[in-house]
Amino acid sequence: MPSFEPVILFFVLGAIAGFVRSDLKIPGVLYESLSIFLLLAIGLKGGVELARYPLLDVALPALAVVVAGALIPLAAFPVLRRVGKLSTADAGSIAAHYGSVSVVTFAVGSSYLARLGEAAEGYMTVFLVLLEFPALMIGVLLARRGERGTPWGQVMHEVFAGKSIVLLLGGLMIGWVAGPGGIAPLDSLFFDLFKGLLAFFLLEMGLVVARRFGDLRRAGAFLVVFAVLMPLAAAGLGLITGMLLELSVGGVTLLATLYASASYIAAPAAMRIAVPQANPALSIGAALGITFPFNLVVGIPLYHRLAQYLHHAGA
Amino acid sequence: MELTTRKLLTIVTEAALEDILVRDIENLGARGYTITDARGKGSRGMRDATWAPHANIRLEVLCDADTADAICTALRERYYDNYSMVMYVGEVVVLRPEKF
Repeated sequence: MPSFEPVILFFVLGAIAGFVRSDLKIPGVLYESLSIFLLLAIGLKGGVELARYPLLDVALPALAVVVAGALIPLAAFPVLRRVGKLSTADAGSIAAHYGSVSVVTFAVGSSYLARLGEAAEGYMTVFLVLLEFPALMIGVLLARRGERGTPWGQVMHEVFAGKSIVLLLGGLMIGWVAGPGGIAPLDSLFFDLFKGLLAFFLLEMGLVVARRFGDLRRAGAFLVVFAVLMPLAAAGLGLITGMLLELSVGGVTLLATLYASASYIAAPAAMRIAVPQANPALSIGAALGITFPFNLVVGIPLYHRLAQYLHHAGA
Repeated sequence: MELTTRKLLTIVTEAALEDILVRDIENLGARGYTITDARGKGSRGMRDATWAPHANIRLEVLCDADTADAICTALRERYYDNYSMVMYVGEVVVLRPEKF
């Protein structure tokens, strides 16, 4: 059995197609439909799992995960400012991207674990939802320190009424209310087809990354290094937090994956409105062009190994 | 048939701005507008609409000269520095001037 998740080969195929300038194109409406499906399916799955736990068992770890997660943008910002010599706006925007999470990276991490038969706490999806937005707020605050006139109403609307939160949270609620039995008739659509549709989505992401590769050259050497080291540092924080919360090997791996991942759907939309001076090519180039493939290919298996090692050492 | 001239103001910009722009131009006196998805290339590079952050829109407004002027001035001040945006105004002949 290959040690990586085969579904990422579709990402590789998309990237190759993009590099050779193939006429392959995923229509915009299909991309939209796929992202709606994936967000809803992940939300539902989490909701069904969440129904198995008393809410209080989840609330305290969730609070710890969000507080620890807030360290990521706060630590990234000074590095981007001082070492990277980036403007306040760019540093704040990139910090927000890295503090927030990537739903697709989480999905690939989950299917990596599922393939190895490694169970994870069902409520990890709750962490996914909760980690999505605090970093965006922190990033905006960092980027606009002392500045007046931040369109907060607009920013809040962009974040909380954005499709990621609406669908993830909505799916979570539906799954939680309906429970496993209630969702069972929908299993064949939302759960059985999940991986196939994820493959489609990754094909598209590969195309986008290849077509946007030029952005990386503009990003410069510092950002390329940052885009690899930042997820590793954040994953370290996730491993420690996961161990302190006594999560399973799967849970620790997924928490590390969440912390390591960088948002490239919700964050760009929010930052474009909230921090107009920030150059989106830099943040998207780093988050999508480097960190996303890095986590898919190297990160997830590595975090899993480390989680196994820590559990072994701790036991 | 009576023909009257009006201004056709066309704005090509980032899809991310759609909601804000619509509010702006309505506040500035536009009585209607048409939005279409667009893609193309400009000084800020390729805007190929392959996914949301790289999508463009074309927003067209038929209005009188004063309104067109007010919109152009306000939008240039607010968005030209930080967003991909192109605006141009042409003169067109309309059939029902009271609408615009």
